[in-house]
Amino acid sequence: MKTKGLTRRGFFKLFGGGIFIFFSTWDAMKLLALQPQTRRTLPTDYNAFLRIGEDGMVSGFTGKIEMGQGPVTSLVQMLADELDVAYDKVKMIMGDTDLCPWDMGTFGSLTTRVFGPPFRAAAAEAKAALLMLGSEKLGVPVSQLEVKEGIIMDTLDRNKQVSYATLAKGKKIERYLDTKPPVKDFRDFRIMGKSYLRQDALLKVTGQAKYAGDFHMPGMLYARILRPPSHGAKLVSADTSAAEKIEGIIVVRDGDLVAVLHELPDKAAEALVKVKGEYRFTEKEVDDKSIFGYLLKSAPEPYIVVEAGNLDTGRSLSRTIVESEFYNSYVAHAPMEPHTALAYMEGDRMILRASTQTPFPAQEAVAQALGMPLEKVRVITPFVGGGFGGKSVNPQMIEAARLAKLAGKPVMVAWTRQEEFFYDSFRPAAVVKVTSGIDEAGRINLWDYRVYFAGERGSDTIYDVPHSRTTSYGRGWTAPEVHPFATGPWRAPGNNTNTFARESQIDVLAVRAGMDPLEFRLKNLKDERMIAVLKAVADKFGWTPAKGPSGRGYGIACGTDAGTWVAHMAEVKVDPTTGHVRVVRVACAQDMGLCINPEGAVIQMEGCITMGLGYALTEEIQFTGGKIHNRNFDSYTLPRFSWVPKIETVILDQHDQPAQGGGEPAIICMGGLLANAIFDATGARMYQLPMTPERLLDALKKV
Amino acid sequence: MEETIRFELNGKNEEVLLDPELALLWVLRERFGLTGTKYGCGVGFCGACTVMVDNEPLRSCSVPVGDVAGKKILTIEGLANDGNLHPLQDAFMKHDALQCGYCTPGMIMNAYGLLLKNPEPSRQEIVVGMENNLCRCGAHARIIDAVESAAHEMKGGK
Repeated sequence: MKTKGLTRRGFFKLFGGGIFIFFSTWDAMKLLALQPQTRRTLPTDYNAFLRIGEDGMVSGFTGKIEMGQGPVTSLVQMLADELDVAYDKVKMIMGDTDLCPWDMGTFGSLTTRVFGPPFRAAAAEAKAALLMLGSEKLGVPVSQLEVKEGIIMDTLDRNKQVSYATLAKGKKIERYLDTKPPVKDFRDFRIMGKSYLRQDALLKVTGQAKYAGDFHMPGMLYARILRPPSHGAKLVSADTSAAEKIEGIIVVRDGDLVAVLHELPDKAAEALVKVKGEYRFTEKEVDDKSIFGYLLKSAPEPYIVVEAGNLDTGRSLSRTIVESEFYNSYVAHAPMEPHTALAYMEGDRMILRASTQTPFPAQEAVAQALGMPLEKVRVITPFVGGGFGGKSVNPQMIEAARLAKLAGKPVMVAWTRQEEFFYDSFRPAAVVKVTSGIDEAGRINLWDYRVYFAGERGSDTIYDVPHSRTTSYGRGWTAPEVHPFATGPWRAPGNNTNTFARESQIDVLAVRAGMDPLEFRLKNLKDERMIAVLKAVADKFGWTPAKGPSGRGYGIACGTDAGTWVAHMAEVKVDPTTGHVRVVRVACAQDMGLCINPEGAVIQMEGCITMGLGYALTEEIQFTGGKIHNRNFDSYTLPRFSWVPKIETVILDQHDQPAQGGGEPAIICMGGLLANAIFDATGARMYQLPMTPERLLDALKKV
Repeated sequence: MEETIRFELNGKNEEVLLDPELALLWVLRERFGLTGTKYGCGVGFCGACTVMVDNEPLRSCSVPVGDVAGKKILTIEGLANDGNLHPLQDAFMKHDALQCGYCTPGMIMNAYGLLLKNPEPSRQEIVVGMENNLCRCGAHARIIDAVESAAHEMKGGK
């Protein structure tokens, strides 16, 4: 693949002199391990870029975007540390398809663990190049030089020194990185592994941070688009005559796309009310009550994810066999910033400023939709107001680009909250069936795990079971023909469902074995890093052994995601008359290998825990066929301030291990964690998420 | 249907000719370029558009601009004084009380209103006062810490 943005020559024209390091961010193995739909032709060109400017400022260019998860800080730490420059001398340029290296998108907690290593290597290469120049300039061998804050000095005569800025001045040096030079040993870190406050905080607390909707162009029009009442509805006819009479309104129609444009968003909204659409309906006959039976009926051909031993042998070795079914609902991403895109023509190029997690795939999608060559489309990603996977798909960008082309003016498409709750790519509802067995000593001998529609992420057993099989029906959200509306990746896709099912089932087995749930887990685990996080969280939480239900309301859950090991403990109080659950405290321990920015990692853990309260307790899309019923925050309930428990976090110190993901792991346990805590408080076992008061009251009746 | 509407915005007298039914949110963003005030839900459920109107935190998406005639409006852009951050802004930074930052201006403005009414709130009072502002990233615990520490700071007369 060739770089589809600017050519290298273009870079130099834009940025003048300096030292430029080009490198490839994707190695073949990592790409092949990715899901097929995100994979594309292997890059054959250097497609990334790091620059030491003539003023000594360092710019790092990445196709990743900042949506709150913090790479704007952690990537700067990596560059500054490897280059030995001050933290505030480094800036990131992110998510611009003209300026940045190709990237498949910001998701899967990949920024640190996959983009990070080549990024650090490029910085190490830049430093090596600078040392060489410094050596020539000072007449001192490289081995005798050291760098502090961007100043190269002779270790034997400290008066002999030269700065990066001086070396870069008037130069245009290109380096192409084929082999990875050695990066710093963790013992030499000055900046990595230490806590830094967010780089973007000042912009964000003063209202200066720009999101897609904050841009304005001369002549820009706001679009409101005619929307169907249901995902199963097809537009038959549209009467726009009344809207056309409103002053300043432009009506645009292109096939199914009917939009009204006005320079004021309120006026566009007013005009849209006057557009009458007629629809034909072919809805799926399913709703949020019947969905699980429907999914089981519609299950695609299964495939075996992983298998060990023989299930029949496992069955014969088991004294107690437990069969369970777990259910998880559709949930919305609900970022505070709805999908937004500004599109405008600049000469013969279409420029978009958009809230997207996938600027490069979005560039392709827009080019395809408009029939334009790829290089004629540029996507610029400003700050993104939350994504959680939902902004991996970007229909609003295609809408804005089509309308801008048709209207011949800059067009802003900013979805309303109602649109966001309709066109979101929801986390798929899913079912898990588990049959598992234990022997007299409390050893798990049998684990037959079947997951429907959640996909395989997080579906591995993690426990040491001799006879086990994991079967997946469908690969995650890739079953558009089954779901009544769009589905997609939602923070740690699939893993929330799988960890809920596995950790609930493990607790059921612990009860049947008559053992404390922590002791039961430790007994059945071989994975030392999992054992270590469990022990760490138990220590933090102050866990004392007891058989469930102990009445204390203590819960436990653990799992792996994005290469990270994570374990949680919680204490809940349940009001048996209302079914209301109050989460008193949550402790979480995480082994994420090398942690670049511990403060940033802790924030992500707290965020995961807080956000996870929602899918565990309240969040659920209510629907009939293709109609979504809860389309704003009054009926779709997000976690609020009063819900937030006391949160304690531990990050295990693993400086010598590769860095792993941090944005998603700590959310995966929240369903199982709270289900187990509710059981411990009440003796009621919850098999369905979210655990609403109504469902909890039902379960309490069965105790 | 357009009218002349006068109000004070971030300490400056303004006079605009426009439809009084337009939402204050869009007038702030479109007419004045004050884009720190965000659209989140359009019906006052989320608080991303919170601004101060005569010392009262209001949801600007649901306030017709005609209603603020003769009143004083303060937005996130008007909070810092001569380049000095307000203690709340400072505390949000120091506590890393934000992630994506989209709800942050509304959070800060709502907290500003809360502290005007109750300069020494208990933690519980902060929770209750902030309850109807939504954050999806889960920065809640840090936001409470930040408001608490700002209240502390402001009591010192700084």
